[in-house]
Amino acid sequence: MIIKQVSVFLENKSGRLNEVTKILGEAGVNISAFTIADTSDFGILRMIVSAPDKACATLKQNGFSVQTTDVVLAKTPNKAGSLSKLLAILQQEEVFIEYMYAFSMADEGAVTVIRPTRVEYCVEMLQKHQTELMRADELYRL
Amino acid sequence: MIWNEKIECASRDEMAAIQGERLKQTVQRIYHNIPSYRAKMQEIGMLPGDVRSIDDLKKLPFTNKTDLRDNYPFGMFTVPMSEIVRVHASSGTTGKPTVVGYTRNDLNMWADVVTRTLCMAGVSRNDIVQVAYGYGLFTGGLGMHYGTENLGATVIPISGGNTQKQIQLMQDFGTSVIACTPSYALFLSEVMSDMGIDPADLNLRVGIFGAEPWSESMRKEIEAKLKLKAIDIYGLSEVIGPGVSCECEHQVGMHINEDHFVPEIINPDTFEAVEPGEVGELVFSTVTKEGIPILRYRTRDLTRLIYDKCECGRTLVRMEKCKGRSDDMLIIRGVNVFPSQIETVLLEMSETEPHYLLMVEREGTLDVLKLMVEVQEQFFSDEIRQLEGLKKKIKHNIQSLLGISVDVKLVEPKTIERTAGKAKRVIDNRKI
Repeated sequence: MIIKQVSVFLENKSGRLNEVTKILGEAGVNISAFTIADTSDFGILRMIVSAPDKACATLKQNGFSVQTTDVVLAKTPNKAGSLSKLLAILQQEEVFIEYMYAFSMADEGAVTVIRPTRVEYCVEMLQKHQTELMRADELYRL
Repeated sequence: MIWNEKIECASRDEMAAIQGERLKQTVQRIYHNIPSYRAKMQEIGMLPGDVRSIDDLKKLPFTNKTDLRDNYPFGMFTVPMSEIVRVHASSGTTGKPTVVGYTRNDLNMWADVVTRTLCMAGVSRNDIVQVAYGYGLFTGGLGMHYGTENLGATVIPISGGNTQKQIQLMQDFGTSVIACTPSYALFLSEVMSDMGIDPADLNLRVGIFGAEPWSESMRKEIEAKLKLKAIDIYGLSEVIGPGVSCECEHQVGMHINEDHFVPEIINPDTFEAVEPGEVGELVFSTVTKEGIPILRYRTRDLTRLIYDKCECGRTLVRMEKCKGRSDDMLIIRGVNVFPSQIETVLLEMSETEPHYLLMVEREGTLDVLKLMVEVQEQFFSDEIRQLEGLKKKIKHNIQSLLGISVDVKLVEPKTIERTAGKAKRVIDNRKI
């Protein structure tokens, strides 16, 4: 239930993001979702990919600072109010969030990527409330 | 006025005789009190008795800044601590500062040479001298202070910073002489114009500027903006502090107080003396100091010596404005910065070799130090606040070690150019 997110340090300069996507494309790694956290002079690219270990190794070989981070992917129906329900559970169970982002899939609803301060606790609480979580093996289908 | 005409206008032969006599005594003192220097002399089979005149100076071993570090803090002092009445310190090449100690006689001599330099600059007892060099471990403030008192002029011991107050006191007290770094002088002129004050309405007539390198074009700019005569003064704490040498009103090189501080110019690669008048590394031997006399100290400053008699009447040898350094030391807002110090800070924060690049820019009138650090694995975190925290910590640790602020920028690995496997550490973009 715990998914490895790939995080890459990027400088704020032209062409850096495409360098990463090009390297991953050539390595046959699919990117399901990504987000960029940015400051005035650097950013962190966070990605959910089909093969996190391979993505890390390939990017490291190409000189990037890379790290994997444990995240939780919660599936919610693609309809109004479902994100609010998810957040209410997290609030009620006092799951603290470092950051989160989301992507949606045509048929299977939306997926929220959550980076909690305590990963196992977050999984436990969401399962308690019957929230559907994405498994690692499912990601290859995306 | 010439403060000590007998010395400052002595013939070359007279000067050589004085220097030779004093050198003999200094060599004896060091040989018998400083084991590390004695070992250096023994290594080349030299005894104190082998030094008979100033011409024998060139046979003696050199002293480097690292010798001071290796003997930190007081190991190079030749008198018991009960004789030391003050210490000063400047930044060393790594974490430890370079410490110097002064006896009562040293302080008197120092005040006297600073008085000479003030007279060279055209300052008299009728002047009001605002000392805007930092007071404290740095030699600039207290060095100028006691020299000014010794002359009999009025000293305003305001120390560095507090720019609006500096200007207010200039107006209210009628300051006629300002002593500070040249970049601070330009900053003063900017703040004056912001405050709507015309320097021509002030009483300023002389500026004594030192502690960092500056060019002739900067001199013209300062003179035009502050409406004063800009005089270059030179010194370093290892030798004494300010007052080692200073320009006279003719502004044609700095007269060295060579009866106390004997200069040589060497080729930094071969260590041999250069041809007279050629540029090389400046080396000083102190021949009257008691606390921490030093023989053949390599300043790493590049300059040349002029032995012609000056129009002012002084025969004291002159040194030209320093043309650069034979090492990688940077002088930023009067503070000595060695890249190795930055490296020490970064090493303390991680276990592997950090890759970094220091850039110095002159923004407006002030020097700005920028540090680019590669975010290697050991520094990288997935969270922005960790990385922002890392930036802050680097900035803070450098500030507490060097006392100057630095702009830190985190960059990707391998973005800093490596030349022949070794990274280039410093880019100095200042036009000075």
